Amino acid sequence: MSAFLISVALFLQVTASLGTHVLLGTLGGILTERVGNTCLGIEGMMLLGASTGFLVAYNTGNALLAVLAAGAAGAAGALIYAIITVSLRGNQVVTGLALTTFGSGAAGLIGMSISGKSLPESINNVLGIHTIPVLSDIPVIGKMLFEQSPFVLGAIFCAIIIYIYLTKTNTGLNARVVGESPAAADASGINVTLHKYIHTILGGFLCGVGGGYYSMVYVGRWQIDLTAGAGWISVALIIFAMWNPLRAILGAYLFGAVRGLTFKLQGGLVLFGHTITFSAQLLDMAPYIVTVLVLLFITMRNKREYQAPAALGSPYFRENR
Amino acid sequence: MAKRLLAIILAAVMVFALAACTAPTGEPVDGGAESGLKPIAKEDVKVGFVYIGDINDGGYTQAHDKGRLALEAAGFECLYKENIPESADCEVAVRELVDAGCNGIFTTSVGHMDYTETVAKEYPEIYFNHATGYKTLPNMCNYMGRVIEARYLAGIVAGMKTEANKIGYVAAMQIPECIRGINAFTLGVQSVNPEATVEVIWTNTWYDPAVEKQAAIELLDKGCDVIEQHQDSPAPQLAAQEKGKFAIGYNTPTPDAAPKAYLTAPLFHWDKFYVDCVNRVVDGTWEPASYWEGLASGWVGLDELSDLCAEGTAEKVEAAKQGIIDGSLVLFSGEIKDQDGNVKYTDGMPNEDIYNMNWFIEGVIGTIDG
Repeated sequence: MSAFLISVALFLQVTASLGTHVLLGTLGGILTERVGNTCLGIEGMMLLGASTGFLVAYNTGNALLAVLAAGAAGAAGALIYAIITVSLRGNQVVTGLALTTFGSGAAGLIGMSISGKSLPESINNVLGIHTIPVLSDIPVIGKMLFEQSPFVLGAIFCAIIIYIYLTKTNTGLNARVVGESPAAADASGINVTLHKYIHTILGGFLCGVGGGYYSMVYVGRWQIDLTAGAGWISVALIIFAMWNPLRAILGAYLFGAVRGLTFKLQGGLVLFGHTITFSAQLLDMAPYIVTVLVLLFITMRNKREYQAPAALGSPYFRENR
Repeated sequence: MAKRLLAIILAAVMVFALAACTAPTGEPVDGGAESGLKPIAKEDVKVGFVYIGDINDGGYTQAHDKGRLALEAAGFECLYKENIPESADCEVAVRELVDAGCNGIFTTSVGHMDYTETVAKEYPEIYFNHATGYKTLPNMCNYMGRVIEARYLAGIVAGMKTEANKIGYVAAMQIPECIRGINAFTLGVQSVNPEATVEVIWTNTWYDPAVEKQAAIELLDKGCDVIEQHQDSPAPQLAAQEKGKFAIGYNTPTPDAAPKAYLTAPLFHWDKFYVDCVNRVVDGTWEPASYWEGLASGWVGLDELSDLCAEGTAEKVEAAKQGIIDGSLVLFSGEIKDQDGNVKYTDGMPNEDIYNMNWFIEGVIGTIDG
């Protein structure tokens, strides 16, 4: 394998590892928004998952328990959100923003005893990087998919499952009807409240697991506000993905790739004998600028089939018809 | 109409009142004014620390906090504020400590300097001490461990260990503090392994484990097999362990963070300075000086070498350490070339120029934004 192919393979490996928590957050957001609940609390739920997962991992050394705890913490955040927006019919935008602020603070509190700690070996052995023989030797994409933490393939697997669920199964279609027209769903006998609760909580679970991946695997440490805006990138990627879980993979990896590129471009790029240098601040901004540009492009195309769920953001009153 | 007029007048009054509040007040205490400092009895001393990170960060802040613990053990009352960024939040933190009755303030990150200075001018009777900067006032000193000496020793460890002859350096900010460290480390590497290069990546943050780790992975993917860091968390060491390579820590010993990668670490022993400094406040010998002390004073050191170090490393490190302490080994002596091979000094560098270095020496791969 040539040196160039190897460096591409290594770059893709970094891309996938930097995109996975964003992917999980985006998938959680898609589930929530598909039933008509605007999801702005991803960052908060990720942080809750990140600190709770790390806390459980540190204290028990049990990887499975830690991942479940991370998900449960995210789901708990989503439950609060669901009670306020679905049962009490509070404003979804304000509640989502409040969830982010709450999550950041609560996660800091939960994480007080684990800041600066390292995880036990047993966690790294299970959740850390595993090299799958033969498959990881595939040129270019081998390292990206098969020399990774189990989370990376797990997140892709989740995306596929959610896609099949939303497009091919009855329950999934019911959920989408709730997001498009809760009144119609209600009339046809679908339990709107139950569907909203279940999908919002499942979405929160995925966000929490995403946060857990970031603290327990990618970084290996806990610190206050660890996710540094990844939850907000997920919010943008929901729109980028047009609420389609498979496109979410693309979006998340694009974000990972741009973030991975920032260090590669440091010191400048040599083109036709000229060195083009980039300011460090500009490089730090790059992933976020790219996200904004992509969103702009996507929304300008404005196709009929690529629209938000019709009832997104509006609470459902049965008596209001 | 009258109501509206009244509202406008009230608004105008408010704006002026606010402006009056923010106008600089302490003009006369600026510069060479007489210092209002008096010795403080030991039981009245109250020390306040402002930290940039978490007291358990496993690095920079933890090293400072050891100093606070040493002061408390010596019977001084201490307060601290952690996770204070290099922004106006620092000024708020310092003022809160002053309001809480602190009469000795230590701010511990380079970007805290201007905020410390602002408050110091307003309180000429309070002792201010700022780490890693360069400004002084009649009531403000600055202090820094001469960690370049420990970095030189770490360079020896890395130069002996590397097989690829490529060493990666995860560095925080493009400022002299980091640049002179990189250069001193490179001198250490070259003293035992003239073939080896040191490749630098900037993270533009002192403390962000995610970014620190990503930068280290980038260097490891480029083929570096030993990682040195000027960062506050052990995340670069975790990256090296993940890739089956080796790493050198910084600030605080962290052999448990990445036991399969950890070689050693240049350390600060801030406790030495803090206890001396506060004792000087008590006996009235405190001075607004610029302190930059190294191995000989015990302000810095190298952590115990781990079993992963190459054979013969310990002897070479010990020899260099003794040389630096007794003065027979002087860093940045003789002819010094920059990165591009231009001769910058023909016979050694003055201390001040070392402190303010803003260019790389020969053997360093990396760029500094103009």
